[in-house]
Amino acid sequence: MFRNQYDTDVTTWSPAGRLFQVEYAMEAVKQGAAAVGLRSTSHVVLATVNKATSDLSSYQKKVFKVDDHIGVAISGLTADGRVLSRYLRNECINHAFVYESPLPVSRLVVRLADKAQVCTQRSWKRPYGVGLLVAGLDETGAHLYYNCPSGNYFEYQAFAIGSRSQAAKTFLERRFESFNNYSRDELIKDAVFAIKETLQGEKLTSAICTVAILGKDEAFHLIDQKIIQEIIDSIEIKEDAPAEQAPEQDEAGSSGAAPMDI
Amino acid sequence: MALRRDWVYENNGGTCVAIAGSDYCVIAADTRLSVGYSIYTREFSKICNLADKCVLATSGFQGDMKALQKNLAARHLIYQHQHNKQMSCPAMAQLLSNTLYYKRFFPYYTFNILGGLDSNGKGCVFTYDAVGSYERVGYSAQGTGAGLIIPVLDNQLKSPSPLLLPAKDAVTPLSEAEAVDLVKDVFASATERDIYTGDKVEIVVINASGIRQELMELRKD
Repeated sequence: MFRNQYDTDVTTWSPAGRLFQVEYAMEAVKQGAAAVGLRSTSHVVLATVNKATSDLSSYQKKVFKVDDHIGVAISGLTADGRVLSRYLRNECINHAFVYESPLPVSRLVVRLADKAQVCTQRSWKRPYGVGLLVAGLDETGAHLYYNCPSGNYFEYQAFAIGSRSQAAKTFLERRFESFNNYSRDELIKDAVFAIKETLQGEKLTSAICTVAILGKDEAFHLIDQKIIQEIIDSIEIKEDAPAEQAPEQDEAGSSGAAPMDI
Repeated sequence: MALRRDWVYENNGGTCVAIAGSDYCVIAADTRLSVGYSIYTREFSKICNLADKCVLATSGFQGDMKALQKNLAARHLIYQHQHNKQMSCPAMAQLLSNTLYYKRFFPYYTFNILGGLDSNGKGCVFTYDAVGSYERVGYSAQGTGAGLIIPVLDNQLKSPSPLLLPAKDAVTPLSEAEAVDLVKDVFASATERDIYTGDKVEIVVINASGIRQELMELRKD
């Protein structure tokens, strides 16, 4: 009832103790095209759906290489994502310049989170409208983080963000316990499958998805479209048998806990 | 005249040479690091691979050399992120010039040669002074042994004057193997008389198939 009165400024609290502008920013993430990330002990895979605004245009870039050992996939306002990617790249370059070693992933995500938090506490700014899945590999192993517009960040074994990501999350929830032992190829396959889940019936081709991988002996890079098409074809062959249907779960908000606290 | 006590530079000696060919480029530098009449190390590389087709050889003050190399490598990374491709040699040449001139009033004490292949696959060599003045040439030498080497290269490579019209190609008609042999000879000669040049020479050759490196022993005295 009171949402409209307290949602003009990011620096205005609602009586229930919520910052609506920040929550609206999280909504923007949910509207973006889906992105998924999966992690094993030695590799991390990111995959995104390439949504083009019209048949005439090309799709927007949603996966960015930040450094040899870190990559990000974004969902939401891609312009904000691009700007943040530039910031992340600069941080990595500056760290490597001073310390001659790669920036640990956990430190990078903290800097990103702090940068996002600043925008939730200045009246002349607005929160970034983009969620980032940060995939990284450092001395402590393989990591996958999710950075919210609220300034929160969480580490995940696997996660999905963006529109219709719930279908992917359900698929990942069933399988994530074995991800640590997955081989590189199994991880890629599951990432492609998770993307397929978000499309819900729409035909999956390599043209509408981007997959990137990072591993102990592999710098972060995008996987060639031909290889992705081969993986899609091999998934489709398996599906001539009755396909598994992921139960569609309600995306409605939780029972009153502010979304940014999830 | 008051005594100046703020001389922050040091000349670590060494010599660099580069020769441009029709489809290759040879860049070489010795591996001795000295100060005064002493040798700090016999195994110090003055060569930095900045890009696929672009190699930098630097003589002078090693501290500034390292800083300059790191600076350029970082700028190259940024370029790659923004343009999705490696920097071409002429582009890097301009960047190096600007970077050097940026510190016009507290210079990098470095004498640089940039070598590589241009966008047409032809060898190119760019030679610099400490504050960024540069020129594309067919061959060059910088450092303590340059005075001994340049006259020999002038004699062997007969570079046409850049003032001639029509503009003549500066690259040498020599083959890659002949150019590498010439480089080995000039280094052996410079080592005889220049105390700062010797130990080993690191020779890097860039051609269409990539970058290859070889080391040759020089006199240790």
